[in-house]
Amino acid sequence: MLSEFKMPKEALIPVIGEVTDIRIDTPDVKTFRVVTPDGKKAFDHMPGQCAMLSVPGVGEAMFSITSSPTNTEYMEFSIKKCGCVTDWLHQMEVGQQITIRGPYGNAFPVDTAFAGKDMLFIAGGIGLAPLRSVINYCRHYRDRYGKIDIVYGSRSRADLVDYNEILTEWMTDDGINVHLTIDREEEGWDGHVGFVPNYVKELGFSTDKTAILCGPPIMIKFTLAGLQELGFAKEQVYTTLELRMKCGIGKCGRCNVGSKYVCKDGPVFRCDEIDELPDEY
Amino acid sequence: MRKCALANKNALLAAMAKTAKLYVPTDGADEKSRDVNSRLAGAYYAEWKDGAELSKKLNTTRSPKDFFFPQTENMMTFKMTGKKLEIFDTRREHENFILFGVKACDVRSFTVLDNVFLTDPVDSYYANRRAHGTIVSMACTKPAGTCFCRTFGIDAADPEGDVVCWEDAEWIYLTAKTEKGEKLMAALADVTEECADDAADAVKTLVNERLDKLPLADLKSDAFGGGKTDTFFNDPAWNELSEACLGCGTCTFVCPTCQCYDIKDFNTGREVIRFRCWDSCMYSDFTMMAHGTNRPNHVQRFRQRFMHKLVYYPENNGGLFSCVGCGRCLSRCPISMNIVKVMKKLGGNKNAE
Ligand SMILES: Cc1cc2nc3c(=O)[nH]c(=O)nc-3n(C[C@H](O)[C@H](O)[C@H](O)COP(=O)(O)OP(=O)(O)OC[C@H]3O[C@@H](n4cnc5c(N)ncnc54)[C@H](O)[C@@H]3O)c2cc1C
Ligand code: SF4
Ligand code: SF4
Ligand code: FES
Repeated sequence: MLSEFKMPKEALIPVIGEVTDIRIDTPDVKTFRVVTPDGKKAFDHMPGQCAMLSVPGVGEAMFSITSSPTNTEYMEFSIKKCGCVTDWLHQMEVGQQITIRGPYGNAFPVDTAFAGKDMLFIAGGIGLAPLRSVINYCRHYRDRYGKIDIVYGSRSRADLVDYNEILTEWMTDDGINVHLTIDREEEGWDGHVGFVPNYVKELGFSTDKTAILCGPPIMIKFTLAGLQELGFAKEQVYTTLELRMKCGIGKCGRCNVGSKYVCKDGPVFRCDEIDELPDEY
Repeated sequence: MRKCALANKNALLAAMAKTAKLYVPTDGADEKSRDVNSRLAGAYYAEWKDGAELSKKLNTTRSPKDFFFPQTENMMTFKMTGKKLEIFDTRREHENFILFGVKACDVRSFTVLDNVFLTDPVDSYYANRRAHGTIVSMACTKPAGTCFCRTFGIDAADPEGDVVCWEDAEWIYLTAKTEKGEKLMAALADVTEECADDAADAVKTLVNERLDKLPLADLKSDAFGGGKTDTFFNDPAWNELSEACLGCGTCTFVCPTCQCYDIKDFNTGREVIRFRCWDSCMYSDFTMMAHGTNRPNHVQRFRQRFMHKLVYYPENNGGLFSCVGCGRCLSRCPISMNIVKVMKKLGGNKNAE
């Protein structure tokens, strides 16, 4: 054997994560709190980055780390039930050990391009997951950012993820405006009713803001068009792309679009950067 | 440079086999064999046995990428007891081995794979095998009609490798090109003798003359490369080119540079084995997600394979193409589609003369 050979660290081998809290957010979204078996945060990350969670024997899947990096105790994941891994995660109980590896991908430029800016966050449904990390990061370093507007919509009130935190923390903060909307009229809901793209246009934001958009592809498409109508340039708007992923480190080829790998060069892109990609995302 | 009489080739290989496990190109077609590979008609790499006949075929049916990036490979195991989980790192240091008779195109394919697997974060499974493998390459004295390595600047007369060999009617000439190669050459001192550094020049000239006459000798690659996405992505020719493709993935599986993989779990009942296996961007479920796939039709999947080899990969790797012109996809595709047809059709008059 080669005496000088040293086995490198392997990114694909995960560590153990223990689920210490499960919160039911909506009929199909739960938020899981994850730490290592000795009660620590598994690794550091920046807002927008993701992690691979897995249930051995069931599979591995990529999720945005929805907690803010400023939370030094644990990580949180808001997960929508939609297949093998996510079904399994939804039926497990507190104390369950799963695997975790990461962090993967780039992050929102919170300390560079976003610094000193007025921020406009726009999310639809589970799209709040990656944004929650940025929002809470901005709230933590409040003096580094200008005014903050949050537009968040979902099908119904029951489908708003993390409604409690929105009501009791975001809405009570100074300098933060939260605009909630649901798709259809509902008894007991006196807030706005209508789709996110239309609501954004109605609200008519001033164009000196930096906007971040996350949600279903169709919502992103129409909201971006709406923002452009309001006079926003694509260079001011950020979003995340979601493609099938396996390795998370730019090697398995699955998330390749043009010369970019979304797992490594993304998931965060500025909308003008997305225009440069071949139309295949 | 050193040489060894062809008559003593067995002794040369025996000396190599003394230093590490030696693999050589061997002819298959042994119908009674229990090893699937050796039942096939083509050549394949098999462990050398004393007195074994080496294949005279130009190249192996499957590329030697298996040695570094096997078709399936176990990565780790898990044990679950109640809510508790254990992770076992099953990696072990790989044994030393030598690949003998690797052709210039396949040697270059290792560089193409290195750029993917050895860049940070390093793929330790690949790095482990790569660190323990020594490549002994062989100049191609009989290149085939499907060869076009020159299109990508690969020199079949003077291949890369740890040790490079040339054969004429009497001698096999050897020279080391790397430190690993020098180590191996030192172990071969007793079965080789010193010769002039230009001893293999006549073979090189012969190979070059034959390369000049190949049917694909004029195929150019300069229309392609990084930054050409817009030039080719929306070319209507993709429709016609992909029309007959079955999406069988044969081209990706025989290709020495295709590197897409899948990660899967297998529950044995006692433990869960996480393994990886080759995958293909030609498959319809490759990019399938809950809200659909970003490449719903086959034109897009077909285009992905060739755009990756000819544009995206070079863009990320200093202009290096992710095709080495080995010709395997030319002879294996059931509908006779291949990268040469794609390059001719798309490159057309965009190639410099
Ligand atoms: C960068 C990134 C961030 C993500 N963040 C979150 C998040 O914060 N919260 C959340 O709930 N989900 C998130 N997802 C989606 C999540 O990865 C998928 O929902 C998950 O992989 C489905 O796995 P499953 O085993 O339950 O489904 P499967 O049983 O594998 O399949 C069910 C369906 O989901 C599809 N699918 C498989 N992998 C993906 C994938 N990566 N993305 C979308 N669909 C997929 C399958 O093709 C199938 O149609 C994210 C995905 C990416 C790529
Ligand atoms: S090009 Fe040929 S070998 Fe490749 S997937 Fe299509 S039919 Fe199969
Ligand atoms: S695309 Fe075809 S010719 Fe090129 S390296 Fe792969 S199998 Fe060989
Ligand atoms: S997930 Fe493997 S390359 Fe991006």
